[in-house]
Amino acid sequence: MTEEITPLINGVNVAALLGAREALTEAPAAAQFKWRATCSWEDGTHSTSSVEGFYGLGEEQRHRKEFNFDSDHPEIFASADKGATPVEFVLVGLAGCLTAGIAAVAENRKIKLNSVKATLEADMDIQGILGIDADIRNGFDGIKVTYEIDADASKEDIEAVVAQSQKRSAVFDIVANPTNVKVEVK
Amino acid sequence: MTRIDTVVIGAGHAGLAVSYCLSELDIEHVVLERGEVGNSWRHERWPSLTLLTPNWQSTLPGYSYGGSEPDGYMTMAEVIAFIDDYARVSRAPVRTHTRVIRVAPAGDGYQVNTGCGAWHCKTLVIASGACNLPAVPRIAADLPQHIQSVAPSNYRSPDQLPEGGVLVVGASATGLQLAAEIHQSGRPVTLAVGEHVRMPRLYRGRDIQWWLHAAGVLDEGLDDIDDIVRGRNLPSPQLVGSRERQILDLNTMTSLGIRLVGRFMSIANGTAFFSGSLRNVCALADLKMGRLLNTLDEWAASLPEDAGLAPPERFPRTAVDASPCLQLKLRDRDINTVLWATGYQPDYSWLDVPVLDRKGKLRHDGGVVKAPGLYTIGLPFLRRRKSSFIHGTEDDARYIARHLHQYLEKLSSESTTP
Repeated sequence: MTEEITPLINGVNVAALLGAREALTEAPAAAQFKWRATCSWEDGTHSTSSVEGFYGLGEEQRHRKEFNFDSDHPEIFASADKGATPVEFVLVGLAGCLTAGIAAVAENRKIKLNSVKATLEADMDIQGILGIDADIRNGFDGIKVTYEIDADASKEDIEAVVAQSQKRSAVFDIVANPTNVKVEVK
Repeated sequence: MTRIDTVVIGAGHAGLAVSYCLSELDIEHVVLERGEVGNSWRHERWPSLTLLTPNWQSTLPGYSYGGSEPDGYMTMAEVIAFIDDYARVSRAPVRTHTRVIRVAPAGDGYQVNTGCGAWHCKTLVIASGACNLPAVPRIAADLPQHIQSVAPSNYRSPDQLPEGGVLVVGASATGLQLAAEIHQSGRPVTLAVGEHVRMPRLYRGRDIQWWLHAAGVLDEGLDDIDDIVRGRNLPSPQLVGSRERQILDLNTMTSLGIRLVGRFMSIANGTAFFSGSLRNVCALADLKMGRLLNTLDEWAASLPEDAGLAPPERFPRTAVDASPCLQLKLRDRDINTVLWATGYQPDYSWLDVPVLDRKGKLRHDGGVVKAPGLYTIGLPFLRRRKSSFIHGTEDDARYIARHLHQYLEKLSSESTTP
């Protein structure tokens, strides 16, 4: 018996994702995930963070290996600049999430992507974090994401892929909507 | 206890349509109605509401609109009269003021307890409607004390609301219609916008409902769409049935001076937070409308030249502020009322049969509920896209009545077999 295999055009295994969607509709408990990161302070404003284990599909899971990230602040903040600024990690997270979504949605809609490039820009008034003006928030005033996409599709179809990716994006939701944050000291 | 072949619960348009089809098949039945015929239209909607479908689409089995304005839209009074007349003309066996308290399996059928007596039936049709209870999100419980929380089912007119600002939550037909009405009463409206369906009232000179009907979109069935759950949960399109047949969309809201914000996400310390996704939900709706109009244009290209259609047109994209408001301090008394135009849900609290899914929805296959002899009608996309509308009821009612008839025959042949 031969099974029909649809070749992947963007390398996203959409059939597996759709299968998971169906399976998890019947077993919502397995859909409960926990994402984790650890962080150690090194020196000054430099710290290193790692991710490796997470929980999902009813059991502990692991990445293929541990991933490590340096975060620091640039020299104009009188720091050593040993890594990206934490706020830049937020942009990296958003870009990675939206771009993965674009590839998956395009795969599902049988749109071949030739190239996808995103430029992200976030405005911030640092009078907030410096405590100069209590009316100014610490975080971004807003984030602007600009995609340049070369794909075998009309402009409207490409725009629809990008819109659908935002609609289903975890990081877009985390950034655009309030989330309860609980920070404790053990 | 009265024994009968079939009980229909609800004497709205769907229950009456099923009753008509059951009578055609000589199936003995009764229609139990908690209040009066067309009770939800009569008592749970606001007076300025009009149907989203033109009068020529107001058809039911053996009955149709007979007035002089086929292109008009019925007012609530007209809808009530239409359904009342249907019940009378079709001689539907309706017992009014007979509220069903409990339905449970019993013997080869169901026992139906009502406020005035019990029935036993072999088959049961649930036609109690999709819009019994307002679907108010949980965050409503976090509203500060001074804010009046109003659902469309108890909204009648702006006069009943306190003076001052109103936050209308939800940008489907109800939200837009009420936002406009309330804003025009001098109460400044902020409109919280989540995902929505944008449609022009008129397209190329014809009512959008004509297009959807003629191009076959409304006839799409269960096999024609990928995701029936999504099809059934689709919000009502941004339409209003008015004499002017004007477009009612978010650009209309902005031009009236209504402020658009993102989806209402949460309340913390007396501050309301709105999603930063306003731009994207508007883009999604604009793009989706564009695809619909493309489909309609492609279909129209096959029509003869003298079909009398105006040339294709496209509508401006939804205008969204560069930085829409993300939070509102409710304590500042800029907002004195929150109106939840967040949809409705059915009430099955009386149904003691294990046929609900984990979201409280009836599990059914095109109206055939997953319990012997149990049926439903009058739900969105029951069998076809048009099931949500009055004119979509006929096909569904005929199917349900036929299926039910076969079930009864099978039941009686089994019971007479030695």
